[in-house]
Amino acid sequence: MSASRKVSLIFSILLLGCVAASVLLLRRLDQMRTGATLDEVLYISSPKLLKRLSLGYDGLLADIYWTRAVQYFGSKHHEGARRYDLLAPLLEITTTLDPHLLVAYEYGANFLAPKSPAGGGMPDRAIELEEFGIRNNPNDWRLYYNEGFIRYMELQDYAGAAEVFARGARVPNAHPFLAVLAGKMAEHAGDSQMAKMMWSTTYQTTKDNTVRANAAAHLRALQVDDDVTSLELLTGRYQQQTGHFPSSFSDLQAAGLLRGTPVDPLGHPYKLMSDGRVEVREPDDLPFIQRGMPQGYVPPDAPKFLPAD
Amino acid sequence: MAAIEILALEKTYSVGFWRKKPRQALRPLNLTVQEGEIFGFLGPNGAGKTTTLKLLMGLIFPTSGSARILGMEIDDPRMKAQIGFLPEQPYFYDYLTARELLVYFGQLSGVDPKQRSRKVNEVLQRVGLPDAGGVQLRKFSKGMLQRVGIAQAILHDPKVVFFDEPMSGLDPMGRREVRDLMERLKHEGKTVFFSTHILSDAEALCDRVAIINKGELQGVGAVADLTSSVHGKVELVWQGPAVPSSLRALGADCHVTGETVRAIISESDQDAAIEALRRERLRLISVTPVRTSLEDYYLQILQPAAATSGARA
Amino acid sequence: MSARIAHIASNTFREAVRDRVLYNLIVFALLMSGAAILVGQISIDIERLVVINLGLTAVSLFGLVIAIFIGIGLVSKEIEKRTLYTVLSRPVRRWEFIVGKFFGLAGTLAVNTFFMAIGVFVSLLYVSHHFQKQDGWVLVALYFIVLQFLIITALTLFFSSFSSPLLSAVFAFSLFVIGSFAEDLRGFAAMSQGVTRWLATGAAYLVPNFSALNVISSVAHANPVPGQLILYNSAYALVYAAMALCGAVLVFERRNLK
Repeated sequence: MSASRKVSLIFSILLLGCVAASVLLLRRLDQMRTGATLDEVLYISSPKLLKRLSLGYDGLLADIYWTRAVQYFGSKHHEGARRYDLLAPLLEITTTLDPHLLVAYEYGANFLAPKSPAGGGMPDRAIELEEFGIRNNPNDWRLYYNEGFIRYMELQDYAGAAEVFARGARVPNAHPFLAVLAGKMAEHAGDSQMAKMMWSTTYQTTKDNTVRANAAAHLRALQVDDDVTSLELLTGRYQQQTGHFPSSFSDLQAAGLLRGTPVDPLGHPYKLMSDGRVEVREPDDLPFIQRGMPQGYVPPDAPKFLPAD
Repeated sequence: MAAIEILALEKTYSVGFWRKKPRQALRPLNLTVQEGEIFGFLGPNGAGKTTTLKLLMGLIFPTSGSARILGMEIDDPRMKAQIGFLPEQPYFYDYLTARELLVYFGQLSGVDPKQRSRKVNEVLQRVGLPDAGGVQLRKFSKGMLQRVGIAQAILHDPKVVFFDEPMSGLDPMGRREVRDLMERLKHEGKTVFFSTHILSDAEALCDRVAIINKGELQGVGAVADLTSSVHGKVELVWQGPAVPSSLRALGADCHVTGETVRAIISESDQDAAIEALRRERLRLISVTPVRTSLEDYYLQILQPAAATSGARA
Repeated sequence: MSARIAHIASNTFREAVRDRVLYNLIVFALLMSGAAILVGQISIDIERLVVINLGLTAVSLFGLVIAIFIGIGLVSKEIEKRTLYTVLSRPVRRWEFIVGKFFGLAGTLAVNTFFMAIGVFVSLLYVSHHFQKQDGWVLVALYFIVLQFLIITALTLFFSSFSSPLLSAVFAFSLFVIGSFAEDLRGFAAMSQGVTRWLATGAAYLVPNFSALNVISSVAHANPVPGQLILYNSAYALVYAAMALCGAVLVFERRNLK
């Protein structure tokens, strides 16, 4: 038996060695090729051809491309990238392969349309995506909502947004807010109430964690903007009444202008500056705010709006 | 040196998927074959002959025990260069011609390249296929395949050859040729170990035989010794046509031909039978011992009742 | 030792040829000629693209089919037909048998690919009318395809050593498909948690990495292949094939033949 045992022993050791070596080589190869699979996406000049070539397994392929899109966006975001070049092709291929993958259209509205670094900065392509989605899912109100959202937020095309919202409101089982948004567009276009309504709708109706986290971040930012605006109104009034700015919030409380200590949506108290401005304590944790930023503040490359942030 | 030494070689298969039932294909076998012998391995189908050969060839692995061929362990590749094997109903690569197969096997056996093609031609002659070298094996008949099988077993001039049912598939002419070939191998000093269930071949060829049944060795020895151990029979011939009832009672086999009766009885009943004839005043013509054949020994030893004789060395 | 392996390899090659495997080249030649002529009449810019994409994909798929079809029987057929009996009674070690079979089939595929490569380049010449420098990268893509064949051959040989031909074919084909998405699998694994993460990561590293070996569309767009990639891919393919072969040897070494 010894000759056979010897052979088995040698080959067992060789086997273990090969397993270890292959794992190491794989890690090296992965490092070399990060993004290489994705770059190939740029070579797919015709997603329709890809759909045909997938021989009926387009659903599975769509899921694979969808996962790649999510990973692409997440990893680029973490790197603090300013461009998301492959996001549009990835979403287009995903939706061509599976036109009913609604979450892909949500990503289009929430992450492809917005300006960098929060998104890909391609609102027009995002709108094309949504229109493709509407053609394929004419009875799903969310696609009309997505398109109206993009038109409103990124293009400030209020008339166009109202029109799409109205169309969507007519769809069976449409979310009641669509009609409201369409109706209010004429007088309230551009104000924070509309924005709040839209972000709330997104927050309540999405099933995707990333989209929801993003919506929450926007809602918090809108809250901050409102808080800072009202607080600064109060400090201004105080200044008019007393001739100087308050040194702390208790001054305002003593003057009967304020009840309790104001805190931001994350629970941190606001800072009252000597010139009457109000600032947030941790601006890095509150992306998208337009007011309450410290002077000279530069937002980080990777705004923290993903669940993992 | 013993050509083949088998020491308590055992093979048990576990049969069945869930509850593994063990099936003993070969109970611990002890056997020795000397160099230069023709050794016959006899037994009914399923007795364990092929199992033993497969164990010796390293095609299956023993549950316990060991064996040595020419003093070397059975997994020693140097040993394999000196043995040849003909399996039962051999099957060869049918896309090769006979010559290509033999050349390939010659390469694997380490036959000197310069000698190879000469040896291939020689061995084709020897097995009676001088003109079939260029024919594809898929066109060969069963008998021709058997001959090729023998050819590949002796091509590299091995010291010990193992044949599993070498006569199967051959017509009487073919069987005669194989018997002659085996005799010649012995004269060349080779050891021949073959299994068969055709007893007449074994009787004619073998120096020693072993009989195996249900995985267990039943008897081993020289043919002459074994046959002489069988209770002999005698043939009585007397003037008939009467057959005494007492003789019939002895269970005699009586044939009446004209005026004479022939009866075969066992040797132990001989005196009682002659006594019976004398009492009846029948004229005894002849008493002849009947030569026991290996078949008699074989049948006797395989009967469960005769298992009391046990294995004899 | 190496002589015996070489003899077994060349006999395996001979068996494949006599099995009329090389006739697939005729089908391939027809396919490539048809495509070249058709494409030459359609539009200007993309003929090179189509010829390379189609040609290399066909080389890859044809070879995959051959590798699996022949590979699944390499060991199981010999056990089934008992042709192994007279081979193993000779001074051939069981591991030499496995290694010899591997080289035989790998060699068959290499020869097959060589002829197909000629076909691809002839079609390329036909549509572009002259060779460009970028065409050299097509050779690299072909080399990578041969590396893929080495892995597939070793895997089917491994399965053939203990499994029936049908199951071996299913396993080998499944591994090919999963391996083509191996990088995605590793991505999935990185995104999951707990026990699933460990299992998925383990699987993702054991599965053959065919995605790195597929540079067809990159080469079709005339992109160069980095030298480092060539180096690491070669090492990986050799290591992986060796791994599968070790597995085959270990299984076969202790197998009781029927």
